[in-house]
Amino acid sequence: MTGPMTAPPGSLLVASRLRKAYGPTNALDGAEFSIHPGEVVAVMGPSGSGKSTLLHCLAGIVPPDSGSITYNGREMAGMSDAQRSQLRRTEFGFVFQFGQLVPELTCVENVALPLRLNGSSRKEAERTALSWMERLEVDDLRGKRPGEVSGGQGQRVAVARALVTGPRVLFADEPTGALDSLNGERVMELLTEAARSTNAAVVLVTHEARVAAYSDREIVVRDGKSRDMERVI
Amino acid sequence: MSIGHTLLGLLESGPRHGYDLKRAFDEKFGQDRPLHYGQVYSTMSRLLKNGLVAVDGIEAGEGPERKRYAITDAGITDVQQWLATPEKPEPYLQSTLYIKVVLALLTHRDAGDILDTQRSEHLRMMRILTDRKRKGDLADQLICDHALFHLEADLRWLELTAARLDKLALAVTSR
Repeated sequence: MTGPMTAPPGSLLVASRLRKAYGPTNALDGAEFSIHPGEVVAVMGPSGSGKSTLLHCLAGIVPPDSGSITYNGREMAGMSDAQRSQLRRTEFGFVFQFGQLVPELTCVENVALPLRLNGSSRKEAERTALSWMERLEVDDLRGKRPGEVSGGQGQRVAVARALVTGPRVLFADEPTGALDSLNGERVMELLTEAARSTNAAVVLVTHEARVAAYSDREIVVRDGKSRDMERVI
Repeated sequence: MSIGHTLLGLLESGPRHGYDLKRAFDEKFGQDRPLHYGQVYSTMSRLLKNGLVAVDGIEAGEGPERKRYAITDAGITDVQQWLATPEKPEPYLQSTLYIKVVLALLTHRDAGDILDTQRSEHLRMMRILTDRKRKGDLADQLICDHALFHLEADLRWLELTAARLDKLALAVTSR
């Protein structure tokens, strides 16, 4: 496993010597991470290795017990809760495996939701939402509710929603875990294309090699320690 | 791969010169390994000798004469039999990677390192294939998928082995 590293210049999000324990279990035990704008980094590792905890720490959802995380040169531990929430709403986007869409809202309302929460007018928010739905090839579902669309379509709607605010980092935790191969790959194609076109960084947690193959490089997490394969070889 | 059967199969749609056969083969199946002319001509002379193809015409030119080949009824039967016979599944019981892992454990080296390095190498190839698939047509996608699924199977074995290294170490050192 690697020791503490110096982040490469130009890194957008950097974590160093992260530790996080849940009771007696060390979920993270000195993990390191860095990502550049426009880069897609796969976080791989067996179940329980700490990869989701790493994502939650990087995204400011869970504070690490020790270690540092800097986003765009700013130490996250030094931010207030409100500042971290603001960061998550405006600079970060999230895609998870299931259940992210609000069932009572139509697909376009779901995609527009982050913009509405940030204060955009309904018309403006839905116009932007629709342009993202077009890019994810789900604009024809605008009036449907999540319960009326397939898993693959719903996941593309969720990707559109994650990207609608123009985040600089997209966090994707097993984004294709609930989909079959064909739908999963289409989601990955569209997700990575969309992220690259906006120069967003993507932190992609996956245990599937075929999904990781859409990344630029991978880090492997095992027993809470990370290994950056590009730097090792 | 049976080059003979593949060339025969390509001839079923109509007679062709050796050069056309090579081109059709490379385009459809050659991928990164095109046929050599020598392979085409030696295969065709064997098929000719066995009565599976016949010479349909000869063009004399400035260079060597160009034969045009046609498939015979016996050739069609041969292709039919080949297509209907299942391929023998590869048992994959000889694995260099398995040998490396066991040797590392026996010599108290870090077997996890070997697996991590191999994963990275597999992923590198999977990225190349995924990229090619993304830019390619349906035929390209199918051939890349075939390779990707095999690489993925290797990786699944690799992850399972990584999770069982401690047990494997005990097993191989106590024998």
